[in-house]
Amino acid sequence: MSLEMLQNIWIGLIAVLWIGYFVLEGFDFGVGVLLPIVAKDEAERRTVLTTLGPIWDGNEVWLLVAGGATFAAFPEWYATLFSGFYLALLLILVALIVRGVAFEFRSKRGDRTWRKRWDIAITVASFVPALLWGVAFANIVRGVPLQLDANNNSQFVGNFFDLLNPYALIGGLTTLALFVTHGAVFLALKTDGDIRVRANKVAGQTGLAAAVLAVVFGVWTQLAYSNNPISWLPLALAVVAWVATLGMNRLGREGWAFVTSAVTLAMVVLFLFTCLYPNVMPSTLDPAATLTIHNASSTEYTLRLMTWVAVVFTPVVLVYQAWTYWVFRKRLSPGQIPNPHEGALDLPHEITV
Amino acid sequence: MNALDLARWQFGITTVYHFLFVPLTIGTSFLVAIMQTAWFRTGDERWLRATKFFGKLLLINFAMGVVTGIVQEFQFGMAWSDYSRFVGDIFGAPLAVEGLASFFLESTFLGLWIFGWDRLSRGLHLTTIWLASIGTMLSAYFILAANSFMQHPVGYTYNPVTGRAELQDFGRVLFQNTTVTTFFHTITSCFLVSGTMVLGVSLWLMMRGKSVDAMRKTMSLGVITVLIAGIGVVFTGDAQAKIMVQQQPMKMAAAEGLYKTSAPAPFSLFKLGTIDGSAEYFSIDIPGLLSFMATGDWNGEVKGINDLQAQYTAKFGPGNYAPYVPLVFWAFRAMIGLGMIAVLFALFVWWRTRKGKIPSNKWLGWAAITCVLFPLGGTAAGWIFTEMGRQPWIVFGLMKTQDGVSPTLSTGTALISIVTLTVLYGVLAIIEVGLLARAVKIGPPETVELLPVDDDANNGRTLTFSY
Repeated sequence: MSLEMLQNIWIGLIAVLWIGYFVLEGFDFGVGVLLPIVAKDEAERRTVLTTLGPIWDGNEVWLLVAGGATFAAFPEWYATLFSGFYLALLLILVALIVRGVAFEFRSKRGDRTWRKRWDIAITVASFVPALLWGVAFANIVRGVPLQLDANNNSQFVGNFFDLLNPYALIGGLTTLALFVTHGAVFLALKTDGDIRVRANKVAGQTGLAAAVLAVVFGVWTQLAYSNNPISWLPLALAVVAWVATLGMNRLGREGWAFVTSAVTLAMVVLFLFTCLYPNVMPSTLDPAATLTIHNASSTEYTLRLMTWVAVVFTPVVLVYQAWTYWVFRKRLSPGQIPNPHEGALDLPHEITV
Repeated sequence: MNALDLARWQFGITTVYHFLFVPLTIGTSFLVAIMQTAWFRTGDERWLRATKFFGKLLLINFAMGVVTGIVQEFQFGMAWSDYSRFVGDIFGAPLAVEGLASFFLESTFLGLWIFGWDRLSRGLHLTTIWLASIGTMLSAYFILAANSFMQHPVGYTYNPVTGRAELQDFGRVLFQNTTVTTFFHTITSCFLVSGTMVLGVSLWLMMRGKSVDAMRKTMSLGVITVLIAGIGVVFTGDAQAKIMVQQQPMKMAAAEGLYKTSAPAPFSLFKLGTIDGSAEYFSIDIPGLLSFMATGDWNGEVKGINDLQAQYTAKFGPGNYAPYVPLVFWAFRAMIGLGMIAVLFALFVWWRTRKGKIPSNKWLGWAAITCVLFPLGGTAAGWIFTEMGRQPWIVFGLMKTQDGVSPTLSTGTALISIVTLTVLYGVLAIIEVGLLARAVKIGPPETVELLPVDDDANNGRTLTFSY
């Protein structure tokens, strides 16, 4: 395999990792945002959160692996992107920290105020990254102010507020609306009773908003920033899959609605990567500072080595993650949730139920 | 303070903080797997109660380990982008492998373990905790391989055209003696921490008359773990010192505050002197011990800071090549001393509880509940020692720390970042300690009711565990 081929394989693999991340953590961001809307009492809230219980952490690992793989395969991209988007990533980090801890700690006390605070934390900390990933990707596709420094490295010379341009904000709202809908579709598939009904209804409403935003964002991206006409294809497929999602959701075919909304998110990621290719981070100031899969990549040795690692481990990971989803395939309803103090670390005098 | 100082402080704070949860997770997941295996094999329900109880402590801790770990991976690119560019070809590989081979394993199977009690057959459920435990250890291996490259870079070439280090032999990065000894030293330290936690918590509950039957078992498990791990820590630490003296002699010289090359070289238990080594006011020495630690020979020669400084200046050009000696000196002693306290405490507890006795001294109760802080402090000191002892290098002999920081990082951003993370970590620490204290106060369940395993997707029975 030539270096160029390996670089192509790796941009493909990184797209796959982001697809995994958007599809999987996408719905658990959505579920987090929808928590106060679809769940009206404590048993319902616990039902909603328990649908994520066994899987959210494994979902989040897709991000860590995408980050690690970018570091290994395209170190220049990793370095320029992460240092350039410092504050945006810090916000995302804070949200991911709070969110992860909130899932695990919320049920540890029966106290109402305690739980209410963690509920707010879950919602806000799901909302922020759902929005910011879209903002970040939109900025990458649009191009950011990069300049070559004395050592010939591309450096981000803008600031945090440059990232909040109208186009990128529409990108952010698009991922937010898609993730929320994806989460609602997931909840309709995974729960029973009132939550299922509400989730189905919410999916119909946010799904329409997402459709409008996605079309505006998609067409804008394609016309203004795409390097390749072929990116029309994933965009069109995303639209078709989304229409199918809305239809299946309306028909109450929840399994199919989830599959098609997952396909939509996969196509969105593919669309962004095909728009960029062969760039990974275009510069708005100096074409020489644009990072591409060629000038940002590792050496042939590292890419070949990592290809073997990916070939061996990725299928295994997919098998056991899929198996986890199979093990917990059952729908949940509030009637199955144990008493609120069960498993909580309440001291005897605090238990009131 | 400039951006570089702030970035260094942030890395230090977030890493030491992250590593409070890491040893507890690595060691405790293994010990919980042992407890569950004991229950699986014998059917003795005391082990089941112990599994549930220590499993709860493990999970509270694991959550913190996971979320603080994300910061670690992102921070290389955010605050240390020139470092990331320079070593990405090498350093990124073990990080990516760590994610693929171990983060997925530990997170997925821990999720299955937490929620799978009534879903998976007993044997399969037991397998999930073992896989999660293996995942945590694999993770340690890969990240320590990456760290060992910073301590002793091997398997690479420097490409003058790109100005980067490039990977040539991944096998050498993964299996160089620095990586292997560091791994075993770290893992045995993790067991020292977790063993101390298990023994301390068990003893405290026994002294309060809670679940005495189950806690006596776990206390013995804790004592045995600490003793075995303690021996392991000493031997692996000894092996590491002998490698370090060849690969990073300056770190060893700083560990003793040894300015003049000496044969034999003593080891001071305590020393006061000037930072540049020009005068020494007071010290308690054990003659020849440093020689023995460094070379295996009581009369062996150990290079002093002054000679090494001269040697490095000749090799790398003018500059200060010594770390901040007082910090390295005392961190080295704190690491050894705090670890030894854990082992001595375990021996003491074993002696006081032999033949079924339960001590009742008030101070011992306090000691039992806080003793884990000693080995935890020891592991923190160990990291401070090895990282600060490497200074001024970020990659020994190849790149200085000051050259690794992100050139785009402004003081303002660095300040916002360090304040945000420190405040957040502080708040979470309070919450975490509060929850752990509650869990310990409540103690193990008196009885555990296990539903028969049922994988029928359509039954609507109450869940064994829910959020």
